[in-house]
Amino acid sequence: MPSPIRVQEKDFDISAEIALLRKGDPRVGAVVSFLGTVRDMNDGSQVKGMTLEHYPGMTEKALQEILDQAKIRWDIYQTLVIHRVGPLLPEDQIVLVVVTSAHRGEAFAACEFIMDYLKTAAPFWKKEDTPQGARWVDARVTDDVAMARWKKC
Amino acid sequence: MKLELRFFASLREALGVSQESITIPDSVKTIADLRAHLIERGNPWADVLAEDKVLRCALNQVMVDANTPLQEKAEIAFFPPVTGG
Repeated sequence: MPSPIRVQEKDFDISAEIALLRKGDPRVGAVVSFLGTVRDMNDGSQVKGMTLEHYPGMTEKALQEILDQAKIRWDIYQTLVIHRVGPLLPEDQIVLVVVTSAHRGEAFAACEFIMDYLKTAAPFWKKEDTPQGARWVDARVTDDVAMARWKKC
Repeated sequence: MKLELRFFASLREALGVSQESITIPDSVKTIADLRAHLIERGNPWADVLAEDKVLRCALNQVMVDANTPLQEKAEIAFFPPVTGG
């Protein structure tokens, strides 16, 4: 069984990953996935490409903590996070989160929780290549708001 | 106390440093103290770590707040708010 937390430069096959995650587990009645991709536009500028930096070691720890929290909060079975680093182009796949459960409600909620926490707690940084030059992406206030709502649950 | 410092993303670029071993005086006891201690080096440190800059900090690869006490031989990382996903 491949690791449920992968930080890698290479691309991934979403169908193969989902098939592998639910294989041999007939309890599963719901699979929810989120796929993040690279947009060609951000903050009013064209994006020609981007480079993703991360904090090796801490990244894996932070993602493990997020998955552990999701498993405590919801009745889910398997979880998977794949996040790419290094140079990426518009339309490239960047992040995949998959959650399996008996029922969709738990899987939807857990998948959204994992993404919201990843956005604010996992040490990844995007640097965009725009016609005006390279620039580090600023964190969004809406990401903090999205994460904060889970604290009230 | 000896510490291992790490810097990432825009901080790493602005400081021109990704990693540094440092010995700090006894008066530096918390993350906030360490930030102030580094600011005393002058620029670019003073500018990059200035109080009004929103930064995140990790101690031994776990995100912590400014009041967290330092530990001998800890790995302390400073970085901007994260933007993955």
